[in-house]
Amino acid sequence: MSRNINRYSQKRTLARVWQYIKKYWIYLALSIVTAALTVVLTLYLPILTGRVIDLIVEKGKVDFDGVFRILRTMALAIAATAAAQWIMSVCNNKMAFRIVQDIRNEAFRKIEILPFQYIDGHSYGEVVSRVIADVDQFSDGLLMGFTQFFTGVMTIIGTLGFMLSVNVWIACVVVLITPLSFFVAAFIAGRTYRMFRLQSETRGEQTALIEEMIGNQKVVQAFSHEKEALEKFDEINGRLGKCSLKAIFYSSLTNPSTRFVNNLVYAGVAVSGALYAIRGGISVGQLSCFLTYANQYTKPFNEISGVVTELQNAIACAARIFELIDEEAQIPDADDAVSLRHAEGRVDLDHVSFSYVPDRKLITDLNLAVKPGQRVAIVGPTGCGKTTVINLLMRFYDVDTGRICVDNEDIRHITRSSLRAGYGMVLQETWLRSGTIRDNITMGKPDATDEEVEAAARLSHAHSFIRRMPQGYDTEIGEDGGNLSQGQKQLLCITRVMLCLPPMLILDEATSSIDTRTEIRIQKAFATMMQGRTSFIVAHRLSTIREADVILVMRDGNIVEQGSHAALLQQNGFYAQLYNSQFAETKK
Amino acid sequence: MRKLLVYLKPYRKETVLAPLFKMLEAGFELFVPLVMAAIIDRGIGSGAAGAPGGDTAFVLRMGGLLAALGVIGLICSVTAQYYAAKAAVGFATELRHSLFSHIQGLSYTEIDTLGTSTMITRMTSDVNQLQNGVNMVLRLFLRSPFIVFGAMIMAFTIDVKAALIFVVTIPLLAVVVFGIMLITMPLYKKVQAGLDKVLGATRENLTGARVIRAFNKEQEETEKFEQRNSALAHMQLYVGKLSALTNPVTYVIVNVATIVLLYTGAVRVDEGTITRGQVVALVNYMSQILVELVKLANLIITVTKAFACAHRVQGVFEIRSSMAWAETPRSGGDSPAAYAVEFDHVHLRYAGSCQDALSDIDFRVPRGRTMGIIGGTGSGKTSLVNMIPRFYDATQGCVRIDGRDVREYTMEELRNKVRVVPQKAVLFQGTVRDNMRWGCPDATDEEIWRALEIAQARDFVEQKEGGLDFRITQAGKNLSGGQRQRLTIARALVGMPEIVILDDSASALDYATDAALRQALARMDGGAAVFIVSQRTSSIRQADQILVLDDGEAVDIGTHDELLARCGVYQEIYYSQYPKEDIEGGTA
Repeated sequence: MSRNINRYSQKRTLARVWQYIKKYWIYLALSIVTAALTVVLTLYLPILTGRVIDLIVEKGKVDFDGVFRILRTMALAIAATAAAQWIMSVCNNKMAFRIVQDIRNEAFRKIEILPFQYIDGHSYGEVVSRVIADVDQFSDGLLMGFTQFFTGVMTIIGTLGFMLSVNVWIACVVVLITPLSFFVAAFIAGRTYRMFRLQSETRGEQTALIEEMIGNQKVVQAFSHEKEALEKFDEINGRLGKCSLKAIFYSSLTNPSTRFVNNLVYAGVAVSGALYAIRGGISVGQLSCFLTYANQYTKPFNEISGVVTELQNAIACAARIFELIDEEAQIPDADDAVSLRHAEGRVDLDHVSFSYVPDRKLITDLNLAVKPGQRVAIVGPTGCGKTTVINLLMRFYDVDTGRICVDNEDIRHITRSSLRAGYGMVLQETWLRSGTIRDNITMGKPDATDEEVEAAARLSHAHSFIRRMPQGYDTEIGEDGGNLSQGQKQLLCITRVMLCLPPMLILDEATSSIDTRTEIRIQKAFATMMQGRTSFIVAHRLSTIREADVILVMRDGNIVEQGSHAALLQQNGFYAQLYNSQFAETKK
Repeated sequence: MRKLLVYLKPYRKETVLAPLFKMLEAGFELFVPLVMAAIIDRGIGSGAAGAPGGDTAFVLRMGGLLAALGVIGLICSVTAQYYAAKAAVGFATELRHSLFSHIQGLSYTEIDTLGTSTMITRMTSDVNQLQNGVNMVLRLFLRSPFIVFGAMIMAFTIDVKAALIFVVTIPLLAVVVFGIMLITMPLYKKVQAGLDKVLGATRENLTGARVIRAFNKEQEETEKFEQRNSALAHMQLYVGKLSALTNPVTYVIVNVATIVLLYTGAVRVDEGTITRGQVVALVNYMSQILVELVKLANLIITVTKAFACAHRVQGVFEIRSSMAWAETPRSGGDSPAAYAVEFDHVHLRYAGSCQDALSDIDFRVPRGRTMGIIGGTGSGKTSLVNMIPRFYDATQGCVRIDGRDVREYTMEELRNKVRVVPQKAVLFQGTVRDNMRWGCPDATDEEIWRALEIAQARDFVEQKEGGLDFRITQAGKNLSGGQRQRLTIARALVGMPEIVILDDSASALDYATDAALRQALARMDGGAAVFIVSQRTSSIRQADQILVLDDGEAVDIGTHDELLARCGVYQEIYYSQYPKEDIEGGTA
């Protein structure tokens, strides 16, 4: 957190926050005016009460006319205060929530254009927590700041002013004793910080253990490891109990201590006020008014110290959100970018090199010419850069040097949307959105008819399982596929592409979770689909790629061999080695 | 919910003492206005105009009394805080312990229905919330009502007629404060649901970034997000407007009551029934009530949250393990049975399902033999092997190990006989040795090395820094997938179990390693029966027997050659992996 604040100084953050607030300046102005009104009226009320008390002296000595007059004023003041209070809260609410809405929208729009370097390099949870939790924290802090900070400061100043105007000396008693509560609070906070840190560390340790043991409960049970796990848990649990007790107890001392100081202030005012009153320095009514102030005076101090921490936290959160919003977006489409229409399917890679991290070269000098309608298979061991090639083709990443052309046009001069619309893509990592099955299938072709959807599903062999779902094609599936099996999810992803049939295809381990029998059937569907379409296939099952026109054999980011299945086997190189290891036993 | 209170029992003393001391403190606080009334009436007297009756000594004494009340209050409340913290922390510690051991006792069926992630949040954040709730309740729940009613009773001791104003005001305030809360509480839940939707959209756009951009859905997604976001803001504003009413309305009620009080006071003083000081005391009591009500309203929110958490935690406790285990191992003496594992017309149906996952499975495996199990995705392979270590119980028929029904074994006995290598390679934080000793705490290094050797893991463990002392980080992130898998295999082999189950657990291994592993397993002394589950025919073709599963039914059982000759499903699987022409013609 502190690192973030350093990177994005508090001052700059505040300036940014102000930019958002400015839009709602009317509410801000209204809020300030009504807050001031509220404070003044609230402080005025004890004075009126004091005056009434002064008119009530003793038996037979009550000025009823005066009492009535003041009570009427009081009633008006009360009504006005209540109205002002309500308007203030509504304004603050409006401001805080609108600003939060604006910020979230902006953050989301940024997410949609973030480069993949960022998306792949950050955990989803982290980004989500910026958009959700941080913004929430920020809005809480903002709201609290608006409502409490301002009124708190006003109340302190106002109370001080009123007290001084009534009696300087008694006011001094209050002013002198009050800071004591600050010292006490600060002292306790300083002492408890260490214990809270210890508590959260221990808690973290325990959560890690819980995640490990409960998350893998099945393994724990399979090895009847329960007793050991519980022992370890209890050890941490015992430590946590001890440090929690300390942290909670010491921090809970703040309240009684400040209340104690407050009581001292009250006693001080009572004695000094009474002594003054005996000498006729102030009236009983004024004394009662003073006592009310004495009670009120310390409260905003405590609140403000709470608000300051809250505000600091809010600023830290805002900084994290702004960091996301200010993140560099992907390079926008060039002004003269052309739109790819009905691509023919000619793809050329020309001296392409690429790396995710500058000091680790991944792809160096990759050359490839794919004629329209050709089938290209990419094979090689894990981590050799197969998926990276796909990332470059789809322009999820830009090449470092060299260029990739589709239909003889550098893809950096083609609009992203038209380039991507030219490809149909099925990835190993299946991704489905929450919604109905139909929503998911028609992603690429929202206006597809029911017949088209069903035909596509039949082709991909997904129809039979979809039909068996409770509501068929209208069955709602949860976030990321919910209760579908990995294989079923993959079938849906395939259906999605089958439906829109773009001129070029990318299949990245598209059938890895489907059993081989079904796979064979889908392969047939793929074969028809790939008819006349340029296609790129990544697979580790060599049997699925033998039909390809060109096989690229990759190893450590380089194309080590290139050619047809038969030619490559003849070469008796790396490909032959891979292929034979798979069939070693068959050939025995 | 009440059942959770059991965990407070060991802290009965603290649970009683904490609120008691709090009430003592509150009691002393209630005396303050009376002391003040005495100061005004006796100390200052009626002498606003300097009339006789001023009693400086009395004022000082009373001032001392006020300070003393403060000190006693401080002592009482510190004591109360300590006991409350102790009870709350102790409660949470006991609760966590029981929860952890309870979850560990659940069987696979319950783990499946609940899901581990909810159990983790229940154990961590829910229990923390509960701890907070208990702490707050012990500290404040009795104190606030005590002050409210105490103030009313004190008012009665001053003047019955004036006190009646309290009798009217308090219920009115309660109705307003709790009424607004009752209305807004369900609305806050709706706000939370709205926030969840915004969160869902954000996460979906991160996890699905590739697909969303491949289908050019950015614009549409942004619109959808903004719509959800604005719905959320509207909801927040609406709730905000309602809850903003609380403050002004309570303010009006209390102050109108004060006006009435002042008027009544004026009349009563004029009649000579009460004194001026007593009027001031009455006004003070009224303002004390307002302060406490605000505290109470905040407290109720914490308590409601804690109740919701208690409910969820209780929910976990209510889930009982559906599996009863034998308490004591049956005395040995039975001569070893001929078959290591027997399935006797076994049916399995998962909880909540309306279809058998396995039906009428019937086979036996002699000691020391290898059984291969093959079938498509979802054909029931894993379900079948999960019944051997009794992760699930047969709904019909029975599974026997060593001639005895698995239900007659104690858990420890059974799990020591049977070792499973699950599909997901899960390792735990700690050294390699720690992980290897999971099922067999007193295994020697020699035994561990032997297991590693069989699992083809010896080489890479030797190369790791520290060998067996190499530290594995959480979830084994510092190892490759294949290394993790080999270690999980070795873990199952330590201690030479009688039955080893490899549930598709060689999938991350290359063909050569896979083959070496299978050969080593076959040579392993001790005569363990080995079950190999796989989709690859190459992994199981050497097995003594192969069971072919299709849709939960055993299609056939036999050796590779037998099955290839007569079993349609097996042929289909086999030829999908080894196309005919390869074997016949030998293209390579």
